[in-house]
Amino acid sequence: MAQIHIQYFAQLKDQANKLEEVLDLKTKTTAGELYETLSAQYGFSLKQNEIRVAINDRFSKMDDVLLDDSKVVFIPPVSGG
Amino acid sequence: MTAVNTSEVLITRNPIVSSQIRQSLAQLDDCGGLCSFEGLIRNHNHGKNVTFLEYEAYTELAEFELHQICSEAREKFALKFTLVHHRIGELAIGDVAVLIYALSVHRDAAFLGCRYIIDTLKTRVPIWKKEHYEDSAPVWTKCTHS
Repeated sequence: MAQIHIQYFAQLKDQANKLEEVLDLKTKTTAGELYETLSAQYGFSLKQNEIRVAINDRFSKMDDVLLDDSKVVFIPPVSGG
Repeated sequence: MTAVNTSEVLITRNPIVSSQIRQSLAQLDDCGGLCSFEGLIRNHNHGKNVTFLEYEAYTELAEFELHQICSEAREKFALKFTLVHHRIGELAIGDVAVLIYALSVHRDAAFLGCRYIIDTLKTRVPIWKKEHYEDSAPVWTKCTHS
């Protein structure tokens, strides 16, 4: 079982209507699988192939398994500058 | 003084005053070119009148990626010094959203390095802007122009 900390930004923050949350994962879960679960829960408009993921403040892969105490951030298309 | 390869990266809620930042730079006697870019808040986008912008950043990763991008630029173009300041929070029309400096021995590298930094920032650094309009609901935008 893994406890993970999620932070939301931009449209994902608006659609989840929260800045962050802590989740307990009962089974081995990849970042991509977590996004699909959250997407179904919150009705995210972005598909998984439109976003990136960061685990512990570094860009990571959607098929990375989430370990206990990880910080996970899904990254909508960026628009800085 | 002799310049060393170095960099300054900052994500800030404070106004970016480029003249003050320019003055605070150490003098690099071996640099013959400084290229700067300021990204400004424009009053229109896609035919809509923009009233203000809201920027937010995933600061830990954004600063890490900016350091990486500056390091790539210094290596590719033999830059002596790079600086990126990016503002977040609520910005008004005409405000500076981002300031970039690239310094090099000759001008060509400074132009190319500055361009590389802003272009790469726009594709990869986790910063987002929400445009607020005169007569419609605000939208998180996607970068589509160069």
